[in-house]
Amino acid sequence: MSATAAFTPQRGRSRAAKDRTATIVVWAAFVVALVPLVWLLATTIASGASSIDLDFLTHDMTSRLDPVTFKQLPGTGAAHALIGTLLVTLGATVISVPIGLLTAIYLVEYGRGRWVARTITLLVDVMTGIPSIVAGLFALALFSYFFGLGTRMGIMGSVALSLLMIPTVVRSAEEMMRLVSADLREAAYALGVPKWRTILRVVIPTALPGIVTGIMLAIARVVGETAPLLVAVGAVDVTNKNLFDGRMMTLPVYIMSQYRTSTPSGYAHAWAGALLLIAIVMALNLVARLVGRRFASRTGK
Amino acid sequence: MTRIEVSNVSIFYGDFKAVEDVSMTIREQAVTAFIGPSGCGKSTFLRALNRMHEVIPGATVQGSITVDGQDIYAPEVDPVEVRRRIGMVFQRPNPFPTMSIYENVVAGARLNSKRMPRSEADAIVERSLQGANLWNEVKDRLTKPGMSLSGGQQQRLCIARAIAVEPDVLLMDEPCSALDPISTAAIEDLIHELKSTFTIAIVTHNMQQAARISDDTGFFNLRATGQPGHLVEFNPTQKMFTSPDNRATEDYIAGRFG
Repeated sequence: MSATAAFTPQRGRSRAAKDRTATIVVWAAFVVALVPLVWLLATTIASGASSIDLDFLTHDMTSRLDPVTFKQLPGTGAAHALIGTLLVTLGATVISVPIGLLTAIYLVEYGRGRWVARTITLLVDVMTGIPSIVAGLFALALFSYFFGLGTRMGIMGSVALSLLMIPTVVRSAEEMMRLVSADLREAAYALGVPKWRTILRVVIPTALPGIVTGIMLAIARVVGETAPLLVAVGAVDVTNKNLFDGRMMTLPVYIMSQYRTSTPSGYAHAWAGALLLIAIVMALNLVARLVGRRFASRTGK
Repeated sequence: MTRIEVSNVSIFYGDFKAVEDVSMTIREQAVTAFIGPSGCGKSTFLRALNRMHEVIPGATVQGSITVDGQDIYAPEVDPVEVRRRIGMVFQRPNPFPTMSIYENVVAGARLNSKRMPRSEADAIVERSLQGANLWNEVKDRLTKPGMSLSGGQQQRLCIARAIAVEPDVLLMDEPCSALDPISTAAIEDLIHELKSTFTIAIVTHNMQQAARISDDTGFFNLRATGQPGHLVEFNPTQKMFTSPDNRATEDYIAGRFG
């Protein structure tokens, strides 16, 4: 018949129309997805930025004595929460990165197809779905068992958060290491390099940008967790820099407790804390991108 | 110089027999080529010569392969040591992407954390790159990533990396199949020079290449798909390409099948 039928103007117009429709729909979806994000950022900045000052960043919530009027001044800062969040998250990272990385190495390099590996993969998948408060209760129960009821320590929060971080670290490191081509491993073997050195010196360095990005994203995901920290670390108004002794304040819990005061200054502090938390997460994302790019540029792409 | 004796070798992947009953002598200071249709087990056989096939789970070897009289499959032999003495160059160039040209050449020593003075490393790099006919092209940009080179240069970099650890034998698995004719000619010239120092075994799909560069040729074939590959004929290349003993060899070389 006619192969030229495909070139009739009628068909051409309908295709162009479909293309335009699809383009509009995709753009509309993009804008709709962007609206809440921009809105959220704008609100947080508008309500929180004015309260963030040197005082907010350097003081905790303990009351002070005014040296001139000898009046008790209420605490005005989130420094204790900022320090607590950084320490607890650092602790969680120190716990979960080695465990997650070693698990991923086992899954990719040694366990292939064995039932142990399949079981671990299943358990990791299950862990991904653990509600965060359950992780907090677990840490609470674990430490209560050894140190008695009512124990509160920053490290308990680290343990709870690491339960949430480990699956993400395992999964991302596993994906990244699987992407390292078998050719590179063989190249190392053919030079007389043992398997463990090949993993350490070839596979991990090659996969490092992706692994680092994965770790950063895992941190960003847990840094805003509230429930497990409320349960396991508690809340306190003074600065505590010791992960192993007593309650600590963390930013999410700070936001919550300030909000609960239902006072104008409480709301202002809550918004300021929220802005600080968002800033931390964004800074982490930025660092992850920079690290990824720096390593990627070394590979000559 | 190193001679490899292969007797009655069969290679398995799990229960599947991939190569059956191969015997041959790979002579020192010579190039031995393996030809044959795809899937006939010549690459598998080559990888068995330095125990590289063991990387694949379930792969096993029966029969004996001796290098200078020593059985490389004896229980007390460390496969890592075997691979250090018997180097390998692969089908696709595979320089380490995180390393510079310089680091790629000394990778064998560096990855094993062998300490050496800078001057010694410099000497190894220059000698190996010269040995691989790459020195003049890259001597001014040794710190650039290995991946920044062209495909042919990358393959010569891989050869430099392989000879830098001073192996006795060099195995090459279709080293030119991903390269253009000019790079192929460069590698063939290089193989010709290298055979004065190394025992070389090479798998190739290119009949002319086998005729040009090899001293001995082995022809592998399958009786049918699903059957193990076997060695049909092993003779000096001259004889293989003029008056082979076996009719199947003549047909294959003449292009009548495969």
